[in-house]
Amino acid sequence: MASLRGKPPIVEWLEERLAFDAIQAFIAHKKVPKHSATMWYYFGGITLFLFGIQVATGILLLLYYRPSAGEAYESVQFIVTRVEFGWLIRSIHSWSANLMILAAFIHMFSVVFLRAYRRPRELTWLSGVGLLGLALGFGFSGYLLPWNTISYFATKVGTDMAAAVPLIGPTLARFLRGGNEVGGATLTRFFGFHVAVLPALTTGLLMVHLFLVQRFGISSPPRVEEQNRASGGPAPEMPFFPNFFLRELMAWYAALAVLGMLAAIFPWELGEKADPFASAPAGIRPEWYFLAPFYTLKLIPSHVWMFEGELLGLLGFGLLAAWWVTLPFWANDRSGSERTRLVTGTGVALIAYLATFSALGYWK
Amino acid sequence: MRTAALFLLFFAPLAAAGNSCIECHAALDGRLQKPALAFKIDVHSTRGFGCADCHGGDASSDAPAVSMSRARGFKGKIARTAVPELCARCHSDANLIHKFKPQQRVDQIAQYRTSVHGKRLAAGDAAVANCVDCHGVHDIREVRSALSPVHPLRLPETCARCHADAGRMSKYKLEHTQFDEYRQSVHWTALAKRGDLSAPGCASCHGNHGATPPQVNSVAAVCGTCHVLFEELYKKSPHQPVFAAMGAAGCIVCHGKHKIEKPSVKMLSGVGSVCAQCHEADSAGGRAALEIANRTRELDAALGRSEEILERARQSGMEVSEAQLQLMDGRENLIKARLAVHAFQTAAVAKPVQDGLVVAGKTYAAGVAALKERTFRRFGLSISLAAILATMAGLWLAIRSIEKNRGQRSGTDEG
Repeated sequence: MASLRGKPPIVEWLEERLAFDAIQAFIAHKKVPKHSATMWYYFGGITLFLFGIQVATGILLLLYYRPSAGEAYESVQFIVTRVEFGWLIRSIHSWSANLMILAAFIHMFSVVFLRAYRRPRELTWLSGVGLLGLALGFGFSGYLLPWNTISYFATKVGTDMAAAVPLIGPTLARFLRGGNEVGGATLTRFFGFHVAVLPALTTGLLMVHLFLVQRFGISSPPRVEEQNRASGGPAPEMPFFPNFFLRELMAWYAALAVLGMLAAIFPWELGEKADPFASAPAGIRPEWYFLAPFYTLKLIPSHVWMFEGELLGLLGFGLLAAWWVTLPFWANDRSGSERTRLVTGTGVALIAYLATFSALGYWK
Repeated sequence: MRTAALFLLFFAPLAAAGNSCIECHAALDGRLQKPALAFKIDVHSTRGFGCADCHGGDASSDAPAVSMSRARGFKGKIARTAVPELCARCHSDANLIHKFKPQQRVDQIAQYRTSVHGKRLAAGDAAVANCVDCHGVHDIREVRSALSPVHPLRLPETCARCHADAGRMSKYKLEHTQFDEYRQSVHWTALAKRGDLSAPGCASCHGNHGATPPQVNSVAAVCGTCHVLFEELYKKSPHQPVFAAMGAAGCIVCHGKHKIEKPSVKMLSGVGSVCAQCHEADSAGGRAALEIANRTRELDAALGRSEEILERARQSGMEVSEAQLQLMDGRENLIKARLAVHAFQTAAVAKPVQDGLVVAGKTYAAGVAALKERTFRRFGLSISLAAILATMAGLWLAIRSIEKNRGQRSGTDEG
């Protein structure tokens, strides 16, 4: 039965308590800059969408997955062979994880090249980089969970790298492994990180990131701002709802289509069960997003002058990460002028490095 | 000066106690120098033995007249006929040898005396092989060393140095083609190409120190050293008494001697088959051979079909590891069937073939189901993609409509 205003009583009841009007008013006033590079704005939303898929499929996998060295592989095998559509859920979870990290990288580099990290959005940048770090943590911890040969030895290599960190390395590696070697204790820990610690941290940081995006709005590139100032007219914008929202929805559907195709045509392989007593098979390598540092460390000689090569490599990665994370703070010189060339050069060099070394790591 | 005197005082006795044989012969040329240089890597040298232990003499003296004096037991070059007994002086001494290798055998000389080589040597034929012909003279290495001429990988070539020499073998009226034939055999492939040190070389069948050709009635026992189950089946088979009566040497009647090729079902039936050499095609034996061949072929083909369809499914991303594992049981049944051929009775082959066919049937069905599932997935994907694309098209139309209306409204407002 509708009220006099034409809304069902339940909606009115909810409106009275949840203040839909205020939300509607907020959304109605929210605008998104409209220019030739608007398409890059969709990647943040795509990353969020894929994260949602990860959560949903992850919960479904939890119904059958068993986090122990004796049962993990068999439980995943059961999921993909016996559980109705289990293969699809597992395949979507694995592919979506990779696409999410890819979308997060694209989002991050688009932020750099569109200069969206500028004041007052430094915290948005920092929270975003933190989220990417957490996504990589999800990837690293989730990779081990099927307990197959490749994931087992890749985790061994990964935790060995952690052991090379100065001072805290051995303790950190033992903490990650739950012992001196990768084993059942490592699997249980990684499972805990993957389904409890990392989701809790990600949810919190994601809230902060989304709040900051709402707080400061979506940034226009300096070039567009200048054009707008020169034209003197109002900056071209589109309403967030429904215009941008529907476009974003289209992007999500496109991502879903790609995900569906990958999952159905190239179901994620299970491989062979890990055997800790077997020797490492040839061609062990981590997931693609860790390939560049992995291959770099392989190229560094075991000793460089009086230092251990691996230690130097890790030190280099640490400095590079620090340089990248603090980008909003060195992107402007003391006079406030933007160091456009330095930022663009750093971004291009980083993409070139990641692409080249990932390709070399994959093919060599 | 004083320092030099002190040096001589301390070190001269040590120099005198050294191996004067090596010191002098190393300074010579050619034939006389060679042993001194080679002996450095000799296993005896590394265990503290010196030239005088075999050749006699006094190695502590620098003076040739003393060091190579007959009065000091110098023997000079050892006669070929004396070599085995010389080696045996130490190698038959368990107390001495077990100081270096507690599990080393010490019956080599006893075995050698039973060998064809040993018997001929005892009869005065110095040309036959003695210890040094196989192990080397002054550069003897441990058998486990890959550089030793008697290392399993090198032993066939070492035997071939004499046994592939037509001139040398003609004197004994022996064939010289064994090594060439052996190199075409499955045993050589396993040993030399796969590096399988457990694969048989010459000594595995003929013995090493007691080298002798297996007799006709012992061939099956020799082959049975490794092929245990085959020998058991053969002994109970109808062929065994017949071959024994014919004086035919068991396994080699069908498989040959040194050129043992990979056995195949072609050996059982058809033109040029081994069975056809004795059994007419329409005889009971010929028919049995044909049936055995057909049954094993049938199982092999069925397993091949299963393997192919499962591999196709796997390459399509389907999880078929369980079926592939099950298929290994089928392959095991095929091996059992091929083994059962050596009972030379159709009933013996029928069971493993039947068991294998059941596995092949199940695994083939698993492959068919996997491919059907793949088709179902792709059909589902097409439907989903069509729905997604239709939704995207609908969204695009909705966006255009909203923006068109908004444009008209703002135009009206401005107007």
